[in-house]
Amino acid sequence: MNRFIPRLAAAAVAGAALGLAGPVAAQTPKKGGILTFVVASSSPTFDMHRETTFGTVHPIAPFYSLLIRVNPENPQSPTDFVCDLCDGEVPKATNDGKTYTFKLREGVKFHDGTPLTSADVKATYDKIIFPPEGVPSARKAFYTMVESIEAPDASTVVFNLKHPSGAFLPAMASPFNGIYSKKDLDTHGTDWHTKNVNGTGPFIFVKHVSGAGVEGKKNPNYHHKGQPYLDGFQSIEAPKMAVRLQAIRGDRASIEFRGFPPKARDDLVKALGDKITVQESDWNCALFMTPNHKAKPFDDPRVRKALTLSMDRWGGSKYLSQIAIVKTVGGVVFPKHPLAAKETELTQLAGYGKDIEASRAEAKKLLAEAGHSNLEFNFTNRAVDQPYTVVGTWAIDQWSKIGAKVTQKIIPTGPFYDTLRKTKDFDVAMDFNCQSVVNPLADVSKFLGSAGNNHGSYEDPVLEDLFKQMNQSGSEAEQYNLMRRYERRALDEAAHMLVSLWWYKINPHRSYVKGWKIAPSHYLNQQLDNIWLDK
Amino acid sequence: MSKYLLKRLLLTIPTLFGAALLVFLLLRAFPGDVCAIRLAGTGMYVDEEQIEICREDLGLNKSLPVQFWDFVSGYATWDLGTSMWTGKPVAEEIGLRFQLSLQVAIMATLVASVIAIPLGIIAAVKQDTWMDYLVRTFSIAGTAMPAFWLGILIILGLLIYSQKWFGVPWMPPIEYRAPWEDLGHNLSQLIWPAVATGYRYSAVVVRMTRSALLEVLREDYVRTARAKGMMESAVINRHALKNALLPVVTIIALEFAFLMGGLVVTEQVFNLNGLGKLFVDSVLQHDYTLTQQLVMLVVLIFVLTNLVVDLFYAWLDPRIRYS
Repeated sequence: MNRFIPRLAAAAVAGAALGLAGPVAAQTPKKGGILTFVVASSSPTFDMHRETTFGTVHPIAPFYSLLIRVNPENPQSPTDFVCDLCDGEVPKATNDGKTYTFKLREGVKFHDGTPLTSADVKATYDKIIFPPEGVPSARKAFYTMVESIEAPDASTVVFNLKHPSGAFLPAMASPFNGIYSKKDLDTHGTDWHTKNVNGTGPFIFVKHVSGAGVEGKKNPNYHHKGQPYLDGFQSIEAPKMAVRLQAIRGDRASIEFRGFPPKARDDLVKALGDKITVQESDWNCALFMTPNHKAKPFDDPRVRKALTLSMDRWGGSKYLSQIAIVKTVGGVVFPKHPLAAKETELTQLAGYGKDIEASRAEAKKLLAEAGHSNLEFNFTNRAVDQPYTVVGTWAIDQWSKIGAKVTQKIIPTGPFYDTLRKTKDFDVAMDFNCQSVVNPLADVSKFLGSAGNNHGSYEDPVLEDLFKQMNQSGSEAEQYNLMRRYERRALDEAAHMLVSLWWYKINPHRSYVKGWKIAPSHYLNQQLDNIWLDK
Repeated sequence: MSKYLLKRLLLTIPTLFGAALLVFLLLRAFPGDVCAIRLAGTGMYVDEEQIEICREDLGLNKSLPVQFWDFVSGYATWDLGTSMWTGKPVAEEIGLRFQLSLQVAIMATLVASVIAIPLGIIAAVKQDTWMDYLVRTFSIAGTAMPAFWLGILIILGLLIYSQKWFGVPWMPPIEYRAPWEDLGHNLSQLIWPAVATGYRYSAVVVRMTRSALLEVLREDYVRTARAKGMMESAVINRHALKNALLPVVTIIALEFAFLMGGLVVTEQVFNLNGLGKLFVDSVLQHDYTLTQQLVMLVVLIFVLTNLVVDLFYAWLDPRIRYS
């Protein structure tokens, strides 16, 4: 559900959006204008396939199209995908769930005038899924289920899978999968797109100033008729949150697509009243605490379980959501996805019960059994305020309730990742998972000891087997049951990792920005083709 | 003179080499990896294989002596290398920001000089009067107040009072345009950081001007000039000030050199795409090639600034001769 939360003077605007003020006549989009937005991060290169930051998606995604995408009119749904370059409906799997056949729209052209054909889609996905040796492809591992790609004619692309997979379609809707021209790849090589842009998206690249931002102008031949509404856009890099906030307040920018903490939202609404509209959403990012299984006493599951039992997640949600970008209590799956645990199931897991005193009594008992009633350890955290240090400080308070004495070591991002990945010199560390398209079957790989982004130093064949079964099952009911077993294993029985709270996305923006709908990820719905300015 | 100049220029070579070696080793001693930050720092899933591809591509798997040779040998061909973060030539990345930083430094120096030298003279000439106390209070406040904090106050003040008085909140532009493209836009963006940094800068210069002038005013030749019946303004301007300016010029030059790369926080506050911000970004991103060249640039600026100041001394005080 798309939630527009009323705050102070924005109550009327937000209330209307919620439907509280009765039916609101749909406004006819106005054409023209330049959208200016601020971005907290910078894009290392323009190559969508090799980068992982939203600093690439926000300014570069509007130049490209995807084969399928999250429905821009219903981005809150984690399962609603629509065709972008494909024609009609998103295809259903055939051949026992192992074949997807996409028909392409006709008449689509790249910005340089080259017509789009299935060869371009095949070349793009070959680069993403089967890159030549030494060619980077950041999300190659998302497509291990793909066996081959074929382009039997100019308007048909066929993906052959090794086995049925519920993770395939969401992975295909990744906002990083911009379709490149085969001609560009053949002529200029696979590095050409790091410094050049030629897509079929709603906007045409105008210029980029390193460290400053990107400009784009309207693509008059865009394949979604009547769109885009804007004449162009300008992104401005602004790493400091205060600058981004002031930029919206001073109307130097209309919107920031990543998100602000609650206080910033309240300040903007207080200053500008109904000139600000606030959109809020659950966010497909979660903070974890990872015990190092190679560091004693965290090799003992009783100690790990005691740590998760001591955390009052329901109470934390209530208070932390007032000061930080976290809110939702959840397990291993994004809480609004059909594969997520229901609250009744969640409360059965260690550390998710509503009776926190009972949980903490059990935690103390486990620590005593393990011989660690006076537990002392270091908690390694990333030197980023929102939400890492805020949640880290809260976690230390929670652990102190069972007698643990914890010292927080806050270190900059570079050394932080060095500690997690290389030196492994930590007791318990903050960690996070932040994905774009909600794709639980792939996203939960984070909990596998073998995963590249898991830093717990453990092996768990039970978890690996459950993961494999889930990903090769064609039945949603079976996937759901396997996910529950997987969740219980990861968070309760073995307590490999502790999920704290899921993030909460808050986007206050100038009220004249219309058409943009918040998604559960700051990577999604960023092609800007449905945005218009009510000025 | 030319022999002295040549000797000073030759001395810059070992200085620069020492700085190069130091920055090269220090950067690699600091834990972190540009590839890990770039690919894993966003929290998305990433394979170790991808990080290795990135490291190989950037030459991070080469031995340290080979990396150092790649770094210093580039100077022979004027090749400063490419940024590990953007893949663009370092010279292009620095050149883009140099223009903005130079303009802010010049504007701040002008603001500081215009304010500081007259105030310093007044404070010295009117020593221990209310005017002196006022100037000293002004300069102590400027020294105590960080430029970035004043910058924050300026922006908030502009937002709050423009809304209060005109109904619409206004703040300076946050994207740079060159003065020849749009002078109004350019000045309305850069005047505020120039004022914020110029105030702190002027506070230092005021104190130096005052103390240097007070010292010179006690010299025998000043007493002689007064005894000859010269007008007080002529005594100050012609005899005292010129000699008092030696340490003032040194301070102005060193502050100017500092502003070229040291406006780290102020640039963030005003969202200026200058050398200070580039410095911070390159360090945080573990972009070795860019950080190395930025450090070398700052070292070069300091070395050359000191040389220019030494040469300027001879012009101000003919007794100083180089041989």
